[in-house]
Order: sequence, then structure tokens, then C-alpha cells
Amino acid sequence: MKITQISVFIENESGRLHEVTGLLGDNNINIRALSLADTSDFGILRLIVNEPDKAYRLLRENEFTVGRTEVLAVEVPDNPGGLAGVLGTLSKSSINVEYMYALVERSTDCAVMIFRFDDTSRAVDVLTASGYKLKKGEQIYEI
Amino acid sequence: MIWNEEFETLPREALEALQFRRLKSLLETVYARVPFYKAKFDECGIRPEDLKTLSDLNKFPFTYKQDLRDNYPFGMFAVPQEQVVRIHASSGTTGKPTVVGYTRRDIDTWSELMARTLSAAGIGKGDILQNAYGYGLFTGGLGAHYGAEKIGASVIPISGGNSKRQLMLMKDFGTTAISCTPSYALSLFEVAEEEGYDIKSMPIKVGVFGAEPWTNEMRNEIEAKWGIDAVDIYGLSEIIGPGVGFECVEAKNGMHVSEDHFIVETIDPDTGEVLPFGEPGELVFTTITKEAIPLIRYRTRDIAVINRQPCKCGRTFVRMSKVMGRSDDMLIIRGVNVFPSQIEAVLVDKKGVLPHYLLEVDRVENLDTLEVKVEVEGSFFSDEIKELQRLTREIEKDIKDMIGVTCKVRLVEPKSIARSEGKAQRVIDKRKL
Repeated sequence: MKITQISVFIENESGRLHEVTGLLGDNNINIRALSLADTSDFGILRLIVNEPDKAYRLLRENEFTVGRTEVLAVEVPDNPGGLAGVLGTLSKSSINVEYMYALVERSTDCAVMIFRFDDTSRAVDVLTASGYKLKKGEQIYEI
Repeated sequence: MIWNEEFETLPREALEALQFRRLKSLLETVYARVPFYKAKFDECGIRPEDLKTLSDLNKFPFTYKQDLRDNYPFGMFAVPQEQVVRIHASSGTTGKPTVVGYTRRDIDTWSELMARTLSAAGIGKGDILQNAYGYGLFTGGLGAHYGAEKIGASVIPISGGNSKRQLMLMKDFGTTAISCTPSYALSLFEVAEEEGYDIKSMPIKVGVFGAEPWTNEMRNEIEAKWGIDAVDIYGLSEIIGPGVGFECVEAKNGMHVSEDHFIVETIDPDTGEVLPFGEPGELVFTTITKEAIPLIRYRTRDIAVINRQPCKCGRTFVRMSKVMGRSDDMLIIRGVNVFPSQIEAVLVDKKGVLPHYLLEVDRVENLDTLEVKVEVEGSFFSDEIKELQRLTREIEKDIKDMIGVTCKVRLVEPKSIARSEGKAQRVIDKRKL
């Protein structure tokens, strides 16, 4: 249920983002989803890729500061109030969303959102018990 | 104005005879009373009686800041502690400060030196001196205070900071002279403009500025903005505090060193060889009248030039140039001595960052700024911004606790700070001094 997200520390310096994406592209790693969080001094690039282990190794070998985090890919009904429903379920169980971002791909009539929770395992239980579908790693990596 | 005509204009020959007498007696005293000096002289195979002429001083060993630290707190004192009437201290590199003591006579000497300093700036009885140097363990505040009282000026012991109150009192009391750091003078001017004070129309006529390096361009700027004379002073707590060197307002060209109390040498910092006057070198002082903590050939690490040309003010003392640099890596940031090793000590135990850092010092709107670039450590890297921000704030706080100066920490990628063979480049000083 849990999928692996790669995060990369990036200084606010021109060309740095290009270097990361270029390195992945040259090694046939496909980016499925990404989000960039930034402060005035630095940013963190979060990536969902088709080969997370390979991407992690590759970035490390090229001396990037890389982390791996478990996140969930949740199918969110693609209609008004769809996301609010998911968040309401989590809120009732006191699970905090650290951050979230959308996956570009659409599967059927649902959007897919990537969530980072403070308690990922409990989020899995709560969401599945409430009937939400979580994407498996291979489904996401191989979109 | 010359405070002590007799000594300050002593002919060179008489001055050197006086220095020799005082030095000889000092060497005998420290050899007999301070185990540190006895051990050091014995190790070098030299005894006080080997001083036959003044120039024999260069046969005696140097004293270093580290010696003061090694003998912390009172090991270098040449008098019993009950004769010490005052203790000052400056920030140290390892958390332990450098301690200096004063006997009653030392306090008198120091007051005399600051009386000379203030008189040379044209300050005297009837003047109102606003003393904006910090009071406390730092020698600046109390040093200037005692000198001001000695010359009979009305001293306002306002200490540093609180610019609005400084300006209010300056206007209401009719302050005629100020003592503070030169950068604070410029910063105070900006606050005056914002608050609608016209300093030029106030009675203030002179400023005695020191405790940090500054340039003649800064002098011109302060003089133009404030409409005053700005003179430079030099001092360090190990030697006595402020008052070691002072400019006369007549020439404003180099700081007279009170040679009846100090012998100054310039040396090659690498070889220790004494350089002829006129060549830039590290300033080395011997305190020939100090009682509590006399220092023999103390290495200041300050690089300057000594000028022996007679001065138009009539003083016969040599003049030292502004400090042109340091022979170690000490920085002076907002008047506080900072060593890169202090920052390193904070970073070395910190999880999440590597002890690879770069200090960038700059001067923004007349105030020194310190930015510390630190490499993040891959194995502790978090995907959450708030974790990294927490780490940044924690390091900023720890550095502030260590050195007493606020800094900005900027996290950078591992290996982005240049590694160099041998001595690492730890500091970029962008201040134009």
C-alpha cells in the first residue's frame, strides 16, 4: 500500500533543479509526480518515480542529499467535495497531513493524490476502512 | 590638549631610559613572582639580568593569548588576589573567557591613559561625554568612564544600545562628546534621521571611536554626517583595555602609544623576527608598569605599521596605523571577538549537519552581519521543511549562545563548500575596510 517517495535537498541556486531532473532522465528514470517545497534559502524536491531504488542510489552516487519516505497514493473522487471527504475521514481520526500533491495521471473517474502523513500505517487502516482505494506501488510506478 | 605634558612629550632619549628602567624591574618581578614566566625564561635560558640594553628585549620569549587561557583564571597574576581591585574578561574561544586583573595602581594607570586619550580628542573639564561603550566585563565602558572622570568631564554612563534614548539625552543634556564603536555612530545617525533629530545642530563636537576596525572613508562619512571630529583609539583588554593607542585631533594620523607604559614592537608573525619601524607587522606589547597581570612581549595578532616621525601635536610617542588585518583568523563582528573555531565547536556535535561551514561577514546599513553556511548531512535529511527550519533555528540559537552575536544560518548541500588542501577557507569578509 505504501509507496516510496524520493526527496532531494536543493539549494536555491539556478540550474540545480535541472541537474536533478537531467540526471534522472539520462538514466531512463521517469518522474510520475513531483512537488517542490521551498523557503527563501533552500527547497526540497519530492519525487515519485518509476524506479525509486535506482533513483535513490543514483542521486546518492552523484552526491545529492537524498531521503526516502513512505507516502500513500489515494484515489480521490473527482467531484466537488471529493478531497474534503478524504480529509474529513482523516481529521476524525486525528491523522495529520504533512503535505500532499496531485499525480498527473487520472485513473477512471478518480484523481490520485500523494499524501504524506504523520502516521502512515494508521492512515492506511483508516482510509481503507472508509472505503478509499490506495494505489499500490507498482500501479503508480508503472503508470 | 596634552593631559600629561611631562611624559607625553618626553625626549626620546629620556623616554628610552625610563622604559629600560621600568622593563628591567618588571622582568625581575615576573621572574620572581609568576611561575609561568620563570619556567618560560628558564626554558629559553634567559634571565632578567641579561637585559643590558632596551633592544635586548627581543631575546625574551613571547606571551600568547593561549598562555592566559592555560593559566585561567588567575594563574598569570603577579600579585596576591587580595591586591586585585577589578577583574575584566573577554570572550574566549572555548567558552572560557580571557581574564585580566587590575590593582588599584593599574586602575590609576588606565584612567591616566584614557585621560590622555580623551584630552587628545579635545575633551576636557566642562564637556559632557556620552559613553556608549558597553559597561560590564568588557573593558570599553569602564575604561572610558574612569578617564572621563579623571579629566573632570561630566560622563553619562549610558552604555551601548537603545538609540532613541541615546538621541534624546544627547539633545536634552547637550552632549559635547561621544564614545562608541564607529559602526554604532553611523547606525545612530540613521535613527536620528528617522526620529527627526538634527545632530549637526546639537553641541556635540567630537567622537572617540574604537573597539573595531574602521577606515578613513568611514571617518570622513561620520565627520560629514555628524558634523564632528572623529578620532580613533586602540586597545585590548589583555594589555589594559582602551587607551593603549590614541589619535590626536590635531593630526588624526595614527594612534600615539603611551610608551612610558608600554613598549611596542612590530614583528614578522611567521618568524617572530623584530621588524624595523615603518614595516607592517604584528604588534607586540610589553606592559612595563602593570602590576596585576604584566605581559612580556604579548602577541596581539593585530597587523599595523609603527611611525616614529614626530607629530605636529608635540607628543614624542610613536604612532601606530589603523589595524590592517590579523595574523590569525579572529573576526571582530559588531565589536565582539569571534573565532571560527567557536562556530565549529557548535556544529561538530550537531546531528543533521556536517562540520563544514563558511562564515560570510558583511556590513549592511553600517551593521555587521554574519551568515553561517552549513552543509546538511545526508543520513539525517528530512523530507519536511519544518524539520530543516527547526535545525536552522537551533544552530542559530547555539551559535548566539556561544559567541553572543546573532547570525543567520543557511543550509547548503554537502560538498558545496570548497575543501582546500591544508588550511580551509572558513571566512569570507565582504566588509570594505
